[in-house]
Amino acid sequence: MGSRASTLLREEEIEEIKKETGFSHSQITRLYSRFTSLDKGENGTLSREDFQRIPELAINPLGDRIINAFFPEGEDQVNFRGFMRTLAHFRPIEDNEKNKNAAASEPLNSRTNKLLFAFRLYDLDRDDKISRDELLQVLRMMVGVNISDEQLGSIADRTIQEADTNGDNSISFNEFIKVLEKVDVEQKMSIRFLH
Amino acid sequence: MGTSVLFEVRTERVVFCMLFLLLLCCVGGKCELQETKPAASAELPTVNPIKPFDHGPQAFPEEERANLPVFTMDYPRIQVPFEFTLWILLASFAKIGFHIYHKITIWIPESCLLISIGLIVGGIMYSVKEEPPAVLSSNVFFLYMLPPIILDSGYFMPTRPFFENVGTVLWYAVVGTLWNSIGIGLSLFAICQFEVFGLQDINLQENLLFGAIISAVDPVAALNVFEDIGVNEQTYIVIFGEGLFNDAVTVVLYNMFSFLADLPIVESTDVFLGVARFFVVAAGGVLFGVLFGFVAAFTTRFTHNVRQIEPLFVFMYSYLAYLVAECFAISSVLALITCAITMKYYVEENVSQRSCTTIRHVVKMLGTVSETLIFFFLGVVTITTEHEWNWAYILFTLVFAFIWRGLGILVLSQIVNPFRTIPFNFKDQFGLAYGGLRGAICFALVFTLPDTINRKNLFVTASIAVIIFTVFIQGISIRPIVEYINIRKTNKDLMTINVEIHTRVMEHVVCGIEDLCGQWSHYYWKDKFKKFNDRILRRILLRDNRAESSIVSLYKKLELQNAIDILDTPMGDISAAPSLVSLSDERKESSRPKKKFMAADVRKMHDILSKNMYKIRQKTLAYTNKYSLPDESRTREILIRRHASIRRSVRAGSFRELPDRNIPKSQKYYSLQPGGDLESAFALRRRSRGGGGEVDRISDHLQLSGVSPRSSSRSLVPMRRLNTIEEARQHTPPTGLDVLDERGPGSLLGSSLRGQRAPVPAPRRRSSDREDEDNIDSTEESEPVNPPPLPPPGGWAPENQDARENGAGDPLLRHSSQGSRGSRRL
Repeated sequence: MGSRASTLLREEEIEEIKKETGFSHSQITRLYSRFTSLDKGENGTLSREDFQRIPELAINPLGDRIINAFFPEGEDQVNFRGFMRTLAHFRPIEDNEKNKNAAASEPLNSRTNKLLFAFRLYDLDRDDKISRDELLQVLRMMVGVNISDEQLGSIADRTIQEADTNGDNSISFNEFIKVLEKVDVEQKMSIRFLH
Repeated sequence: MGTSVLFEVRTERVVFCMLFLLLLCCVGGKCELQETKPAASAELPTVNPIKPFDHGPQAFPEEERANLPVFTMDYPRIQVPFEFTLWILLASFAKIGFHIYHKITIWIPESCLLISIGLIVGGIMYSVKEEPPAVLSSNVFFLYMLPPIILDSGYFMPTRPFFENVGTVLWYAVVGTLWNSIGIGLSLFAICQFEVFGLQDINLQENLLFGAIISAVDPVAALNVFEDIGVNEQTYIVIFGEGLFNDAVTVVLYNMFSFLADLPIVESTDVFLGVARFFVVAAGGVLFGVLFGFVAAFTTRFTHNVRQIEPLFVFMYSYLAYLVAECFAISSVLALITCAITMKYYVEENVSQRSCTTIRHVVKMLGTVSETLIFFFLGVVTITTEHEWNWAYILFTLVFAFIWRGLGILVLSQIVNPFRTIPFNFKDQFGLAYGGLRGAICFALVFTLPDTINRKNLFVTASIAVIIFTVFIQGISIRPIVEYINIRKTNKDLMTINVEIHTRVMEHVVCGIEDLCGQWSHYYWKDKFKKFNDRILRRILLRDNRAESSIVSLYKKLELQNAIDILDTPMGDISAAPSLVSLSDERKESSRPKKKFMAADVRKMHDILSKNMYKIRQKTLAYTNKYSLPDESRTREILIRRHASIRRSVRAGSFRELPDRNIPKSQKYYSLQPGGDLESAFALRRRSRGGGGEVDRISDHLQLSGVSPRSSSRSLVPMRRLNTIEEARQHTPPTGLDVLDERGPGSLLGSSLRGQRAPVPAPRRRSSDREDEDNIDSTEESEPVNPPPLPPPGGWAPENQDARENGAGDPLLRHSSQGSRGSRRL
């Protein structure tokens, strides 16, 4: 497996991915072998079915949304670069990166980008606003069947009320950031990637 | 309402207590019976049916004329099975009793309670001068009582985490047990050298033997606690596996040391032979187990006509494996475990759903009964055997047991951590060390010590003391301690609802991404095994290896489940469709003034959320709980909801002609088109829209599987069209709801394609009403004709190899219990 993986992934690619995402060499090769094992069609890209085949995602309430997040707008296949780009959001923020300020392009795993990832899970139509319906959809997915719709509706209303500062009855990205300012997003949205 | 519940509970308890007392009286009465046995036997002659006419010529004229007895009693005839049943009943009543008081089992592990009840009954028996049944003789224990427990553990073993951590588990089990037993044996030997304790007649071999016995860990209580607390998967599986495998090691060591104990002098060749023997024993056990597992799997390939006896094969073959291994004196425990693991994967695919359920239930039942009995008898025998109490020996045994286990875990973890992808931190190590309770095996082994060992009673006493100490003290205290060291820093101030919801979203996401990345570190072997499995094993061992039957059967199962669940749920439709319906109503009301939320409302919301939001998936998937069957209800709920929402978005036409467009879009009827053929609908759908065929396939599968749509019809009852259409009208970019729902079945169907069917392309988002209408028309027009040839869509790789793979959806149903199978497909 090891040999097969590295012949298909060239060194320059690894370097590029490294620069773009910040993963280490061994992490990239490891994730590449995961990518290939998911890629049943062996054509170098993953489709939605490939993701849906992961049984743990099927029982994750937000499984579909997570899968959706891997696919850029309107596309149905994701290649390894795209795969890594999405996963890069979950890289833990290392200390030496925290001191880098105003780099030319913000690293993919910055706090803002992590929050943007979470925001986009709600905001499917990409209008930069979480409307009440979008919020309700996510809430519905996350909550057991014993909650009535009125209750859920009130919860959604309250959520919007708490966050909404400009009165448009929806949560914009800035409001989202503000509401979560006390939450340790860097830690919550990070995964320890194995070497 | 509350008072009547209380009343019921109280009557429950009263009734239970009475039954229990009755049973105790039976036990006592039985003792009485046994004393009257000699009297009973004298009655026997009169019990025989007598032919009155034959007595004439016989030479016993003084004999009374015997009448036909109207009422007789012949206790000795039924004695053995009767007592056996009584004991089991008694132990089971005890179990019922514990669970009436629900909270007790949280704080006090069941084993403690069972031992206590055993102590009480033992006290009763002792006072009546009664001997307990010889349950703990070597044969009865090792041949009858131990196999069900091992089968239970082996059958419900979480194979995926196990194989991921197999090296670590074996490391701790084998080396750890060796370390412990030799350490404890040597230290005790050192203690015995002190004259002051009066233990000098215990030689080294006997000490080592005792050390081996004591080091058998039985972490049942610890497992329960760990599972409740949610300790991480690695620690859990290590403790679980260690408890299972060190049985094998202990038995080997025990045999070796008891053999050596008989020898006057031990030579080094004996030690080498012992080591060699260990490997033979272990490898032989695994080999036998795998062999029997395959034979069992192969047998079940042919049992489709005799479904009623299918569960029998599982039990018979595993028991055979155990017995044959015992016959050859190789590790029967290992044989049984490997047999169960091997068998389970294939058998569960071959047998019917009912047999599968039966097997699981019976395995659990036997295991639980056996374990209950053992702990129970531990209590009983404690009182009724002769003890020899020696403070020094017992105290030092306890101390050394602790020290050596702690040291052992520490040292072993240091050695093995660099090789692990997820090393054990100190908290994990503490959990491992403290969770090392002693239990049944230790007890049985010490009882079967040959009587040639002159201090056997001391050993028995010491073992019982250690067991009782660890089970009670450690078992009760492990929960508070683990909770304490795992305490999370929670904010004391009330979080906003936002924070609560969004953090839960983030946790789910992180959990999902972690699952996506997978923690497999042995891809190579896994892939190799998977190829071997697919090409050879599955063909031989599975009855229907074609993907087709599994799709249909899967859907049958899913529909059945759904139907059952819908009937079962107290509240309405679990597919939550109506809730989305009401959305459209509320949207109209969005212009109403903002509600004022009071603090009480907010608190209530927090309450609702915290109670009802789905918890993050426990990685260990609570199916190693010893006392209950796998709990799949939560995952099933999620899956069924997804499934239902998929079907809701099925856009098959109605049963009758769709009337003209007078029906507003908001009121489409959903039902399955009768007679629609999979392929044709698929093809038409694909051609017309290039996507979404998945959904039709589901609907057609539903029909193929013959389940009436009405069985799950609540979601198909006339209802408003989902918002998607309306929103599709209003927003140009479509909402994700439908798309997401449609993608749901991908996991069900993704790889389960018929023959060389080209893969289902991902549904494209609908972007206009016009397409919707076209589709509805097209599905109405589809006819059950031969499937038109499908052009493989450009750019999609044919998923030919998936035709081999069995129902991808299987994990959905049996996911919780077959984590290995699901993830093996990856």
